[in-house]
Amino acid sequence: MEKLKPRDEADCLEIVKWAVADKKPLEIVSGGTKRGYGRPVEAAALADVSGLSGISLYEPEELVMTARPGTPLAEIEKTLHANNQELAFEPADYSKIYGKRGGSATLGGILAGNISGPRRIKAGAARDHFLGLRAVSGRGEIFKAGGRVVKNVTGYDLCKILCGSWGTLAILTEVTVKVLPAGQRILTVIVSGLSDSDATNAMAAAMGSSFEVSGAAYIPADVSIKSATDGAIAAIRVEGTGPSVSYRAAGLAEMLKPAGDCRIEKTGDSRAFWRSVRDAEFFTEHRDRPLWRVSVAPMSGPDVVATLRGQADIRAVYDWAGGLVWIEFSSEAGDDAGAGIVRDAVRPHGGHATLVRADDGVRRKTDIFHPQDAALAGVTSRLKDGFDPERILNPGRMYRTV
Amino acid sequence: MNSAPEQAVSLDQHSALEMPELDVDILGRRNEIIRDLRALVPGEGVISETSEMRVYESDGLTAYRQLPFVVVLPETVEQVSAVLRYCHKTGLKVVPRGAGTSLSGGALPLGDGVLLGLAKFNRILDIDYANRTATVQPGVTNLAITKAVEGRGFYYAPDPSSQIACTIGGNVAENSGGVHCLKYGLTTNNILGLQLVLITGEIINIGGKHLDSDGYDLLGLLTGSEGLLGVITEVTVRILREPETARAMIIGFPSSEDAGACVGSIIGAGIIAGGMEMMDRPAIHAADEFAQAGYPLDVEALLIVELDGPEAEVTDLIGRVEEIADANNASNVQVSQNEPERQKFWAGRKAAFPAIGRISPDYYCMDGTIPRHQLPKVLARMRELSEKYGLGVANVFHAGDGNLHPLIMYDSNVPGELEAAEDFGADILRLCVEVGGVLTGEHGVGVEKRDLMPEMFSETDLDHQQRVKCAFDADGLLNPGKVFPTLHRCAELGRIHIHGGKIPFPDIPRF
Repeated sequence: MEKLKPRDEADCLEIVKWAVADKKPLEIVSGGTKRGYGRPVEAAALADVSGLSGISLYEPEELVMTARPGTPLAEIEKTLHANNQELAFEPADYSKIYGKRGGSATLGGILAGNISGPRRIKAGAARDHFLGLRAVSGRGEIFKAGGRVVKNVTGYDLCKILCGSWGTLAILTEVTVKVLPAGQRILTVIVSGLSDSDATNAMAAAMGSSFEVSGAAYIPADVSIKSATDGAIAAIRVEGTGPSVSYRAAGLAEMLKPAGDCRIEKTGDSRAFWRSVRDAEFFTEHRDRPLWRVSVAPMSGPDVVATLRGQADIRAVYDWAGGLVWIEFSSEAGDDAGAGIVRDAVRPHGGHATLVRADDGVRRKTDIFHPQDAALAGVTSRLKDGFDPERILNPGRMYRTV
Repeated sequence: MNSAPEQAVSLDQHSALEMPELDVDILGRRNEIIRDLRALVPGEGVISETSEMRVYESDGLTAYRQLPFVVVLPETVEQVSAVLRYCHKTGLKVVPRGAGTSLSGGALPLGDGVLLGLAKFNRILDIDYANRTATVQPGVTNLAITKAVEGRGFYYAPDPSSQIACTIGGNVAENSGGVHCLKYGLTTNNILGLQLVLITGEIINIGGKHLDSDGYDLLGLLTGSEGLLGVITEVTVRILREPETARAMIIGFPSSEDAGACVGSIIGAGIIAGGMEMMDRPAIHAADEFAQAGYPLDVEALLIVELDGPEAEVTDLIGRVEEIADANNASNVQVSQNEPERQKFWAGRKAAFPAIGRISPDYYCMDGTIPRHQLPKVLARMRELSEKYGLGVANVFHAGDGNLHPLIMYDSNVPGELEAAEDFGADILRLCVEVGGVLTGEHGVGVEKRDLMPEMFSETDLDHQQRVKCAFDADGLLNPGKVFPTLHRCAELGRIHIHGGKIPFPDIPRF
């Protein structure tokens, strides 16, 4: 397979033009940390865009940064950190789920997958921070969309549709994101010994309070974690400036005391814990086991898990106050990695389930992304036609014919 | 009954605005079409009398008027679906309309198109406090959502100044903002689900009470799509718990440069205020006279900064903002001591538009966004333009996010002033783009800024947007004449312009 390493936008354009003319499907990779996410791409050539790297504009007072998509997330975060800022959606690094070393995720890859961490429930997703772009579409044309300002309704919001399109519509060549001040202090209120549904109720109460919760996760007793070994825990995070954080953590602990034993964890321990939630580090040990990422209404999380526990040997972790459930099957999940029962369990609640990890054979045969009904699939397919009519950009990564 | 409406495209003085050519065949079949539509939406749901259609002839951009071909007011999603399917089959254009408060002409009717009003979709369907969502029909007003949940201490965050009248469906179509966007986001950041009817009549459900899209982010794409992609029949929004406390400060400055620098310093210090608004001298005077807000009148620029959160945090932040204001030459700082005083500080800002309306016979509200540090340059250039056109301008500015609302004052009874105001406005928007900003921050493109789109986007950029339109509405029946300066046929846009087979890129590194 031909492997190409474009240096800039002009190279990307050349590659796409060639691919279109010669009908050579391309697999687009940047840091390559999420190649196991999605259906395997059957490509004639690989385009590694990690060479399109570097921050080209950063104005802390304007809360804006422009970078080439191959810029390592580590570099972005280091630059922001020097100004007490951050990407508020808390981009995750899923490398370890796939047995890779962490640290090579890039900004472009994060945006292409719309990957957000625990703070998603307060600050929004990657897509909410994606302000502008330049890209090469599958038509072999350079286009731009959005801008460098937060408030912008000029034309269709193409940033939204490219975010989470997994490289199937265009190759990003420049991205502009909103950045925000970072919380200087973190405290985590830990409530121990709760059942799944009691934990979800506690998290809902916390989210419905005025304490500005920036993370709410539940780790059941059968999932081992490094930072705490005291059985099932619900963890509620608050961030911000000193006195406010103490006040809010104390208020939450007071409020949740009737639910179970409460304690407050300090900044350092909190950071490590939330990093492990963000990167789904609970599921890095058994990489032969299928792993699902399920998004449902927060209060539905325990129902989905209970239904599945009745049918299969699974382990689950809840993030997003119960709305994001990571579900790992034991190795006997069957030919479809549990797809049938997972989607049956999700269906009555609304939401979607994505098979994040499975072997190549299963990924080729199974719907990785949630199956769409005919009307929606029609829209998806016609959108693909608009950007990539020849199906040369990551074909099949999301859906067989897209 | 069924008298033919005035077919002359009576866009008042605006002969310059070109709208899609009237479909003569459709015009000739008016009686038959009205009869068919009545079968689909029985009772009072179809309005065809000129006198009764008059109220629909414009939206908030009142300078443009056009009597619709016919008005249809469906009550159920099935009716919407049936009407759209019929329009699709018949080749009949459709203009969706919420409360008609658009300031960009998004709901301007077409002389040969159905005006599809969603006013009867006015029910709140579900409030779910545990999941923190509300599901409502699109004709529910923005403020009604907050009213429905405030008893339990919740609210819906985006608060456009028309929130008492504007509907959530219109908010989604325009991606409406408000004064709290920097901290709490625009409509697009606060909705979770939509039910949408395509022009084919197909009903699709996008999102729900859960987060993030399973496939392409249609929720994000549809928000702000100005009624060109489909008709929204249900919206699920995120509701938030009200902050524990909120206090406002008003800070006067001897120059807008100082005020702008102060905003930059506040944000640079890591403080994201709940709201941060700026007014220039003409706006301060007009607003204070109108609302007796207690604004200082000897300043060139005024900032309203609202801080919200726990009491301890708000008190701490007020102290820090006061220090920053002093360091930026503030001449006057007042902090609200109670809720009525906070409301009073805001009353002037919220009444800024009608206040200008009182000192000028007419005003034209613009809506560009700029990188904040460009403010002094933009204001200086605006003063030059004001002299050039001989028209006054007052500025209110969502300072936190760079969204500028210049209010151009004119008198439509003076020949030439409306045209001068429009030219002045277009020059301001060109200036916004020139300094790195955009044509519209929250009011939408509509017909108003349609012909300025090439200032910001190349033809290739616009073609990529129009192909999105093709994915939803290949015949271009939904709200044509809005947003895009030139409508290309989808077949034409679909063609690919690459001929190849040559030896590819000898220079690109391989590995």
